[in-house]
Amino acid sequence: MKYLFDPDVKVLLPDGSTRRLFDFLLPSTLLMLAALLLVVSVFLPYWRMTMFAPQYPKGLRVEVFVNQLQGDVSEVDALNHYLGMPPLDEGGRVERSISTVTLMVFGLLLVGAVFIHNQWAGLLALPVLAYPVVFLADLFFILYTYGHSIDPKSALGGAIDPFTPPLLGEGVIGQFRTLAEFGPGFYLALAAVGVVVVGLWFHRAAYKPIVDARRRAAALSAAHA
Amino acid sequence: MKRSVIVLLLAALLAAGCGGKSPAAATPDAGLPADAAAVAAERGLTPDDIYAAVKTYTPSGQLDPYIMIASGGQSGQLLVIGVPSMRILKVIAVFTPEPWQGYGFGGSSNDVLAGGDMANQELRWGDTHHPGLSETNGEYDGQFVFINDKANARLAVIDLRDFETKQIIKNPNANIDHGGTFVTPNTDYIVEGPQYAAPIGGDYASLDNYAEVYRGLITFWKFDRLTGRVDMARSFQIELPPYWQDLCDAGKGPSDGWIFCNSFNTELATGGVELGNPPFEAGTTKNDTDYMHIFNWKKAEQVFQAGQFDTVNGMAVIRLQTAIDEDVLYFTPEPKSPHGADVTPGGEYIVVGGKLDPHVTIYSFEKIMAAITAGGLDVDQYGVPVIPLDQSMEAQVELGLGPLHTVYDDKGYAYTSLFLDSAVARWTLGGPYSSLHAEEPWTLVQKLPVQYNIGHIAAAEGDTASPDGGYVVALNKWSIDRFANVGPLLPQNFQLIDTSQPGDQMRLLYDLPIGMAEPHYAQIIKADKLKAFEVYPEVGWNPETMSVDPNAITAPDQARVERNGNQVEIWMAVIRSHFTPERVEIKQGDHVIWHFTSLERTRDATHGFALSGYNINLSLEPGESQTIEFDAHTAGTFNYFCTEFCSALHLEMVGYMLVEP
Repeated sequence: MKYLFDPDVKVLLPDGSTRRLFDFLLPSTLLMLAALLLVVSVFLPYWRMTMFAPQYPKGLRVEVFVNQLQGDVSEVDALNHYLGMPPLDEGGRVERSISTVTLMVFGLLLVGAVFIHNQWAGLLALPVLAYPVVFLADLFFILYTYGHSIDPKSALGGAIDPFTPPLLGEGVIGQFRTLAEFGPGFYLALAAVGVVVVGLWFHRAAYKPIVDARRRAAALSAAHA
Repeated sequence: MKRSVIVLLLAALLAAGCGGKSPAAATPDAGLPADAAAVAAERGLTPDDIYAAVKTYTPSGQLDPYIMIASGGQSGQLLVIGVPSMRILKVIAVFTPEPWQGYGFGGSSNDVLAGGDMANQELRWGDTHHPGLSETNGEYDGQFVFINDKANARLAVIDLRDFETKQIIKNPNANIDHGGTFVTPNTDYIVEGPQYAAPIGGDYASLDNYAEVYRGLITFWKFDRLTGRVDMARSFQIELPPYWQDLCDAGKGPSDGWIFCNSFNTELATGGVELGNPPFEAGTTKNDTDYMHIFNWKKAEQVFQAGQFDTVNGMAVIRLQTAIDEDVLYFTPEPKSPHGADVTPGGEYIVVGGKLDPHVTIYSFEKIMAAITAGGLDVDQYGVPVIPLDQSMEAQVELGLGPLHTVYDDKGYAYTSLFLDSAVARWTLGGPYSSLHAEEPWTLVQKLPVQYNIGHIAAAEGDTASPDGGYVVALNKWSIDRFANVGPLLPQNFQLIDTSQPGDQMRLLYDLPIGMAEPHYAQIIKADKLKAFEVYPEVGWNPETMSVDPNAITAPDQARVERNGNQVEIWMAVIRSHFTPERVEIKQGDHVIWHFTSLERTRDATHGFALSGYNINLSLEPGESQTIEFDAHTAGTFNYFCTEFCSALHLEMVGYMLVEP
């Protein structure tokens, strides 16, 4: 560590100029922090819906993690069967099964980006940048599919029109007032995006001089040749 | 906030009223909001009435701080009542079939009820008397409650995780047990006293041989907390003289290891009014004193463990002579057909109600021990050492007519029911309790009239090592004019009394009619000590074993019907609003084994299962599993349906059982 912060320890660029070692530490730390945020987000709910009705004084709550559903899932399933809807568990089953590994890979790509000292580093970070948007789009698709799976032949299927539960904010389904919110997992994913953007900025700032120096050195040696 | 302002205003008003006994109806200047004052005036409510209303009114959703578990008398059940709202929360089915809970109409409860049957007689009612909450270090622990059936000498164990009866056990050597249930301070034993003497084991014997053959009997049922059951093999009994031992209370603190019981027929009366003998009511009350029985139960346990007993009907009986020889049993006189024996919170004293004597007699455990240690005691006609009254008594307090039972509070007061006076007496304890109250020790402080003929009395945590005070409930035998006339059989009257203020400030707060039987004793536990399940902890929970049943299923697609010869076994899933399967087709003469699993996980989502024509009704609470068995004796078309309004489609929760001839 002493050498890391020692202003006398410098990195020698191909054209003979130097940079402080610390200049490279910041982008590496940021990208690895983003990877860590993604991994931690696996353990936290990304989205939750709370449903209020008179006979549920504490409300019913379903929490969506990237790899599991928690909360009053069995009760919501019991209610939804009156509409002929499939169990909640059936939506996003593939996504839940691959999510943990996928996020680990995303994290590893960010760690990999630390060692890529050119524009391709941005490419490795691209999945993470797109991830929250993809998550939301997928969630919307699952909710839409779910709300449009009412079986008209079921007990109450004729009484409720197909619907899409809101991604965010309040809604009404039958006697239930619903409240949809993002959970801490999703906010961590968003934070990871922010950290990656900032990290890439410093990454570029740190390594552009090396790339430029290399180019200059190459141009110089080509001129000599 | 607003309510507390009203309370404060009322308190100020009542204080200004100097005792607050003014009969004048409330007026708007009473400090009430105008609309409330108008209601009070219209209904003719006095400031005392308004105080009582404010003290007991419990808004919707607000929970009672105390729960009273009351005997259900001849109903054979227990009552669960909130205090101070005095709302009946539940009837716990114990000795009598109860359809709502599916108790005795199929399922494991049939086995529980059958556990209390006699060899040649099914027993389907009980006379419940004295509930005993399980204790740890002399404090209610909220885990179990025990109750006796006087009519048949039986004991039941109720698990307070689901408020359901888990065990009924018949005392093999007794036919009556009024005195029960009393627990030792850590619930090692549940004590069941007898009442009317009989030959041990219940054999025939002429009453001419009463003194020689008839015996009293006290039972120490060993309770195993882990299994939640009484263990008969580790239980024992002690043979006693035929003196009609009655109510007991276990010592605690310094008197831990001892138990005290009153008795009331040292006359050895055997009745026969039709033969010209004195009737029991006269024959048993002739003597000026009877004997309080003093047992060293820890010594008795050692005697039992040393094998010094006879086995009668599979039960260990320590013979009277052994009990005398091993220093297990002592007597001390108590005045005149007394009632109750109630140990003070700290375990220093035992209070016995005079019943036919206007005093309570207070015995000092220290003096009793000193007399036993000194030795040289005379013996009674059966050889039991008798400690003279002047060597055991601490004090006597004259309270009034018919003193029966005593409970305690946190201010050094004792509360005794006065049956003949129809009153609750508040009086002061002495000794270490003297500093808790302003009055002289061992003095009557107040007599509050109650309506009418009070029997037992209960106080908030009133017979624990640390009573709470605040509330006493008078369990009155007669209600006469308190309620609308509903015919010649009248409800009993539970009256809530405010004991929060010292001195002569006890007040009557509320009348709760009990229109189902005549309860006896009750205990009042802090509500937060009860940790009952909201739903059964796992799907497939068998309430008898308190674990997941091997025949439980976890999803409707596991529901099935299997036939094996003429035995049909059904695994049924139960969840709103359908049974799976909905069709069961069997043949007349089939033996049917039918397993149920409620897949519900939501509080209060209970289903019933009623089967027409087969006397079956189950209560399937969320997560519960049950199994019924029956022979399809009658061919025909039968419905099964949900009997607990479970959902909007409850009426559609139905199935057909077709029994082909």
